[in-house]
Amino acid sequence: MRKRTLTLPNGKVVTEQRSKVPLICAILLVFIIVAMRVTHFSFRTLATNGHQFFVILGAMFPPHLDFLNRVWQPLFDTIKMSFLGSLLGALVAVPLAVLSATNIVKSKLLSGFFKLVLSIMRTLPTIVMALIATFIFGLGTMAGTLAIFIFTVSYVGKLTYEQIESLDMGTFEALESLGLTRLQAFRYGIVPQILPTYLSTSLFSFEGNLRYAAILGYVGAGGLGIILNEQLGWRDYGNVGMILTVLIVTVGLIELISQTARQKLQ
Amino acid sequence: MSEMIELKLNEQPSKKRQYLLLGGIILAMLLWSLTAITFSAPDDGGAKIAGNIIKGILSPDMQLLWNFTSQGVFYLLFETICIAFLGTIFGAILSIPFAFLMAPSVVPKPVYLITRFLVVVIRTIPSLVYGLMFVRVSGPGPFAGVLTMSLTSIGMVSKLYVDVIEDIDRGILEAMDAMGCTTFEKIRFGIIPQLIANFSSITIYRFDMNLRDATILGLVGAGGIGSPLIFAMNSYRWHQVGSILIGLVVLILIVEAISNKLRAKLVNG
Repeated sequence: MRKRTLTLPNGKVVTEQRSKVPLICAILLVFIIVAMRVTHFSFRTLATNGHQFFVILGAMFPPHLDFLNRVWQPLFDTIKMSFLGSLLGALVAVPLAVLSATNIVKSKLLSGFFKLVLSIMRTLPTIVMALIATFIFGLGTMAGTLAIFIFTVSYVGKLTYEQIESLDMGTFEALESLGLTRLQAFRYGIVPQILPTYLSTSLFSFEGNLRYAAILGYVGAGGLGIILNEQLGWRDYGNVGMILTVLIVTVGLIELISQTARQKLQ
Repeated sequence: MSEMIELKLNEQPSKKRQYLLLGGIILAMLLWSLTAITFSAPDDGGAKIAGNIIKGILSPDMQLLWNFTSQGVFYLLFETICIAFLGTIFGAILSIPFAFLMAPSVVPKPVYLITRFLVVVIRTIPSLVYGLMFVRVSGPGPFAGVLTMSLTSIGMVSKLYVDVIEDIDRGILEAMDAMGCTTFEKIRFGIIPQLIANFSSITIYRFDMNLRDATILGLVGAGGIGSPLIFAMNSYRWHQVGSILIGLVVLILIVEAISNKLRAKLVNG
C-alpha cells in the first residue's frame, strides 16, 4: 500500500497511514456474495413470499387461554431444570476455573489442559449434549439438567478464570508474606475480589439457560419444549401462542429480578 | 498496629446479611427444584449406548470427514459458516435502528420502553419457532437458516449496541457544533468513529455464538451441519457423529481463537 506523505509548514514530513477500511469492505463483500450463493439467498423470494412469515404469527393470536392449565407443569419443570443445572454448574465451575488460572497454578501444562477441557465443553452444542443425555438417561428432565449443567460449567468456568487471571496478585502476596497459608491467602485475598463478578456471571447464565431450556424439550429433554414441539406438530398455533406468551412473561420477570440483583452485587 | 487494622476492618460495610439472604433463597430454590428431576442412574442399555457413543466419537468415520463433495463434513461446515456469517451481517444491520430506538439518550421514554419490550419478545421466542415460520417463506434449506439467524441475532446484538451508544462522548459533538459542522459531518466524523470498533467487536462475538447455535437449525430443516448431525444421532451412526462433531469443534475453536485476536485488536486499537 502506498502511503500519502504530507509536508508540514515547518518542513517536517509526515506519512499518513492508508486506511484498511476499503480492503476489509471488499473482503466482506466478496464473502457476502459467496455466502449468498451457497445459501441460495434471494431478496426476490423474500419480497414475494415474506408475508408467509406472518401467517403462523397471525394464527398465534389470540392465544388459547384454556390451554394455560397445561402450561404450568412444564413451565415449572423448565425453571427447575435450568436452576438446578445452573447452580450445580456454577459450583463445579469454581475448582475448574482455579485450576485453569495461570497465576494460581504454576504448571502451564495443567492449566492448559483444564482450559482445553473447558473450551471443548463449550463448543459442543447444548442440543447435542441433551440428545446424547436422553439416549443414556432416558427421556426427561434429567437429560436437560445435565446438558444445562455442562454448558454452565464451561461458560462460568471460562469467565471466572479470565477474571482470576486479570486480578491484582499483590494482595495475595502481601497476605502470604504476613504468614497466611496459601489457602487462607486465597480466601481473603482473591475470593472477595472475584465473588461479585462470579455471582453476577452465574445469574446471567441462569437467565440464558432458562431461555435455552425451553428448546431442549424439542429433543425430549423435558420442560416447555415438549409441549411446544407437540403443539407445533398439531399446528395448533393458538396453543403455541399461549406457550410463548407464558415463556416471555416468565423470562421477562426473571430477567428483571436478576438484573436488579446483579446491579446490587456490583 | 494490629488494633488499627482491626478498626479499619470493622469500618468496612459488612455484606454478611446480603450473602446470608442470597444463600437462603438459593437453598430454598434448590430444594424446590429437586422435586422435578427424577435421578435415574443409566441402566444397562444406557451404559451400553454411552460406550458406543464414546467409541464412535473416538473412531470417527474418516471417509465422511475427508469427503469434499456436497455431502462431506467440509462442505457442510462451509455451509454452516455461510449461514452464520450472513445471519450475523443482516442481524447486525437490523440491530442498528433497534439499538438507537432503545437508547434513553436518543429517544423519549415511551419509545425506548416499547422497543426494549419488543426486543425481549424477539429474543425469547425459541429459534426453532422462527425456523418453522421461515421455512414457509423460503422452503427448507440454508436460506431459512440465514433468515432465522438474522432475527435471533437482533436480541443480543442490539442490547449490547445500546451500551456503546450510551457511552458516546458528547463533548466531541458539542465541539463539532461549535466549529459549525453539519449534521452529516457530525455523524460521519463524530459518531461513527466512536461506535465502529465496539460495534464490530460485538458483531464478531455474535458470529461466534451463531456458529455454535447453527446446529439447532438442523432440527427444523433450516440447513447447515445440524440436520446431518441429528439424523446420524437418531439412527445411532456414532462414527459419523464423531466425524461431524470433530469437524465442528475444531472449526469453532479456530474461529474463536481468530475472533478473540481480532476483538482484542479492535478494542485496544
